[in-house]
Amino acid sequence: MAVFRIELPIENRGVLKEMRVGDTVYITGTVVTLRDLGHRRAVEMLKRGEKLPVDLRGLAVFHAGPIVRRVGEEWKIVSIGPTTSARMDIYVYDLVKLSGVALIVGKGGMGVNARRACREFGAVYVELVGGTAPLITKAIRGVEAVYWLDLGVPEAMWVLRVENLGPAIVTIDTEGRDLHEEVMSRAYEVVKSLV
Amino acid sequence: MSIELENIVQKAILEAIETAVTRVPRDVWNALNNAYQREQCERAKEVLRTMIESVRVAAKERIPLCQDTGLPVFYIEIGEQFPIKRRVLEIVKSCVRKATELGILRPNAVDPVTNRNSGDNTGRYVPITEVSIVDGDRLRVTYIPKGGGSEYVSRLYMVSPTRGFEELVKRVLEAVVDAGPKPCPPTIVAVGIGGTADIAEKVSRRLFVERRVGERHRDSRVGELEVKLLEKINSLGIGPAGLGGSVTALDLWIDYGYRHPATFAIAITFSCWALRRASIEVDRYGHIYRDPLDFWEPP
Repeated sequence: MAVFRIELPIENRGVLKEMRVGDTVYITGTVVTLRDLGHRRAVEMLKRGEKLPVDLRGLAVFHAGPIVRRVGEEWKIVSIGPTTSARMDIYVYDLVKLSGVALIVGKGGMGVNARRACREFGAVYVELVGGTAPLITKAIRGVEAVYWLDLGVPEAMWVLRVENLGPAIVTIDTEGRDLHEEVMSRAYEVVKSLV
Repeated sequence: MSIELENIVQKAILEAIETAVTRVPRDVWNALNNAYQREQCERAKEVLRTMIESVRVAAKERIPLCQDTGLPVFYIEIGEQFPIKRRVLEIVKSCVRKATELGILRPNAVDPVTNRNSGDNTGRYVPITEVSIVDGDRLRVTYIPKGGGSEYVSRLYMVSPTRGFEELVKRVLEAVVDAGPKPCPPTIVAVGIGGTADIAEKVSRRLFVERRVGERHRDSRVGELEVKLLEKINSLGIGPAGLGGSVTALDLWIDYGYRHPATFAIAITFSCWALRRASIEVDRYGHIYRDPLDFWEPP
């Protein structure tokens, strides 16, 4: 299994095509958090032809909602980690298509729309381990900006500077191969034999 | 005295909240380490190692183990001779607000109609509280952060009462496989049986307070079923983080309440691997009681 260290915004998207499910990725650069209501708003805006507060082209969208503390004028990330990505599957195809985002970071797998988006637009879905916020938070170097605080702290769009965020495991690659789909199709077979 | 006692209770509950979100109970710590020993798959072992390391850093540096500190859920036992009974729920609410303000809890209470986040973890029916009156002069508060990822895959079934337990086995396996990687496996699966849907749910969720990992139901017939069903779940190959492996659940618990001749309600609730719970007791004189042995302490 290969290990990739990538910088965002990504300059050469070709490197994404080299990533295969099971590979490990460490991310340095800008990642943007976006979860449930944020996805809905982002996709609605993009469909109307409006610009998002941050151009996501070549960046990573991080399915996450942090715990934050305000220190003077600055925001401090107290704890951050991935949320269940499956809920964002209904928006992911349009988001990748219309925003040009390169990397999706989350946990717990996505679905048919993510596989299609990754295959058609050469994006990659990677996962961090849920419940490991203390380790993940160490990779956060700072908050560059925050938008959409009207959605509440967890669902706002946090623009974060990260260094060596990882290890993140590739579970959907640019061929649309899905590691979870393979694990789960075997699990469904076992269940069938048990009930 | 009552103002003083209120302050003590507030401090104690805040401590329980902080403990719950930054530490794991000892039974969960042991279960994770046992899972690491037993897991054969290399990738799965790596995932478990990351989880164990995360628990270590969270406890040492007092960082919330998961950024999702859940909807605040409290199980409250009020002793008959505890003086400020009427104030307890108000104090619990103020603690939740304070913990949110301090950045210990993430604001998670959202108005479903307007989608507005209240910002302080309070709102209609939040915090979630279950109160009972007990003997004695103590107040006991247990805090359970219930994360959204594991709640998203909850299941409730009303099955044919004559086939209750056959259905239970089938539904649990289906629920586990439908949940797949979403609730952060290895999970703890809690199954409640009851006559009404709400009691099945209540019984299922109470297990997270009452039971310890590895502890079997006092009725050995139910206990044996727990063991068998856990084995079946761990034969599915879903594994830690759902990336494949032999440890899909750390434990499975079943409990029941009596049913109606026509009903057999089954509630299936998941906890992520990071089951968090912390209890604290205060007596009428303001003495605080905690069980440090219940928590894994970093060396």
